[in-house]
Amino acid sequence: MISAVTRDAALAFLLRSLALASAGIICLICLFVARESWLALDSTGTVNPADTVGSVNADGEPFQLSNLVNDDGWNPDGQQFNLLPMIVGSLLATFGSALLAGPLGIGVAVFLNYYAPKKIGWAVRRLVEIMAGVPSVVYGLWGLSVLVPMIASLSPIEQGQSLLAGILILTFMTIPTVVVASDAAIQAVPANQIHAAAALGLGRRATVWSIVLPAARFGLVSAIILQFARAIGETMAVLMVCGNIVKMPNSIFAPIRTLTSNIALEMGYADNHHRSILFLSGLVGLVIVSVLMLAANTFSKTQRLST
Amino acid sequence: MQQKLNTFSGIVFAVYVWTCALAFCAIAGLLLYSVVSAGVTQVNWAFLTQEPIDSGRDGGIAPIILSTVLIIGVCLLATVPLGVGTAIFLADRISGKSKLAIGIRTALDVLGGVPSIIFGLFGNAFFCIALGMGYSILSGGLTLACMVLPIFVRVAESAIRNVAVDHYRAAMALALSKWTTTFRVILPRAIPGLLAALTLGIARALAETAALIFTSGYVTRFPESLNDSGRSLSVHIYDLALNVTGGNDRAFATASVLVILLLLINVVTHFVTRKLLRQS
Repeated sequence: MISAVTRDAALAFLLRSLALASAGIICLICLFVARESWLALDSTGTVNPADTVGSVNADGEPFQLSNLVNDDGWNPDGQQFNLLPMIVGSLLATFGSALLAGPLGIGVAVFLNYYAPKKIGWAVRRLVEIMAGVPSVVYGLWGLSVLVPMIASLSPIEQGQSLLAGILILTFMTIPTVVVASDAAIQAVPANQIHAAAALGLGRRATVWSIVLPAARFGLVSAIILQFARAIGETMAVLMVCGNIVKMPNSIFAPIRTLTSNIALEMGYADNHHRSILFLSGLVGLVIVSVLMLAANTFSKTQRLST
Repeated sequence: MQQKLNTFSGIVFAVYVWTCALAFCAIAGLLLYSVVSAGVTQVNWAFLTQEPIDSGRDGGIAPIILSTVLIIGVCLLATVPLGVGTAIFLADRISGKSKLAIGIRTALDVLGGVPSIIFGLFGNAFFCIALGMGYSILSGGLTLACMVLPIFVRVAESAIRNVAVDHYRAAMALALSKWTTTFRVILPRAIPGLLAALTLGIARALAETAALIFTSGYVTRFPESLNDSGRSLSVHIYDLALNVTGGNDRAFATASVLVILLLLINVVTHFVTRKLLRQS
């Protein structure tokens, strides 16, 4: 019979190991994505002879990181790796959706807390919860067969798969994120401030506009950052509605390809530098999103501490 | 004058706020309605029990349902022990202010934000290639486990924290060992909350596509073992909608199966969490 003391010690050790293993996953992810990107990162100057097949571009020059913005285009078979149109595509789609989803989502959160009749508020909250769980591929399918034809009928180039479709789909997908986060921020505003506003005879708009939103500002910024992180990392829905043509967009109706869609489209057959560059764009995305997540956390903590 | 201005801006603001809410509800309603109504008429017993024919344009989704179940099973087998262990450690064994706790929480927060396509890259490099599992249900399920873990831990941790202090004190007063306290007092009391964590994890895993394309793969056959490649429902929708001309109808049918499943899970989770709230 094992003594209770040994058993407890074993359990404590087991729990600690499990917790450390959970925390270790993110390190493992960084490590492996970085390792696979190494070919692209490392080849500045030192070309591994065994690898020259994949690392010399059409002009016979070894691959350098600057190729990612200087090459003539994106043509992996011809060793042309210009990522710039996709970087621009990703940023435009993300900023566009942040501009729409931010105000809309905060509006819904204000509605839930200060304007909604009780039952309607309950129903909208449930709907937000449900929409947050709808798979991105379903948003994409809907976008492709409902939204895209609608845009095509408005578009001067009569094509619906476009930057606009991407922005709209990302907006729809990320509104729940904004609502949930700004709802929490608004609810964290101390009740005594709201009571004080009521005692001063402030109306509903004045209370929200001059008391609640300023007091919740850090939490609201955190909500927008979360939206941004979610939108820039989104893949499937954007892949399905944006048209995926690698070209600098010249209008909102132009098709775009985002960095994430590029990974999803080409990972299946990429090798050597091509594969490594896809991992590199993933690594950059990973770093950006992690920094955004940490920033969002800091902002929402700042609100909690300052009130 | 001031008063009047106030009322006017008050009305404008109210209109804005109501418009946001209505716009959101309209879009959400339209989306759910058009997906379910376009798909649900094709869903019948044959659709659920047949194999796909002609790349999925015809036939059913039986092997895909089986693959999905297996992928999620693998995912949960990895997530539950890891997640429950981490949650007990964070909630019960360590001060929330200690550096280790903050470190683990931060790591999980960052993990929770990682885009799914990057889980796909990682899963491909780590499980498929480095560990030699290839494109398989095992690789896909384990990749999903990494992805689901943060949300599972968050919900499970709060479930364990919700176990009333009285129970801890009673256990201490009885001089119960940590082992007995953990397995006989805390875990049984936390079961509804752990179930909520489980259903949330399942929902998250069901919704995932990008992390699976390059880990569990595309194959539509019935999987014979966990080492076989298998296609999940979400990957099936993606493939039918984008790569198979004329696959749209079946894409909607599959999507409606998925959406209805998720709605059911949502209702169950809601019910369980409400019961939990009433309990504590």
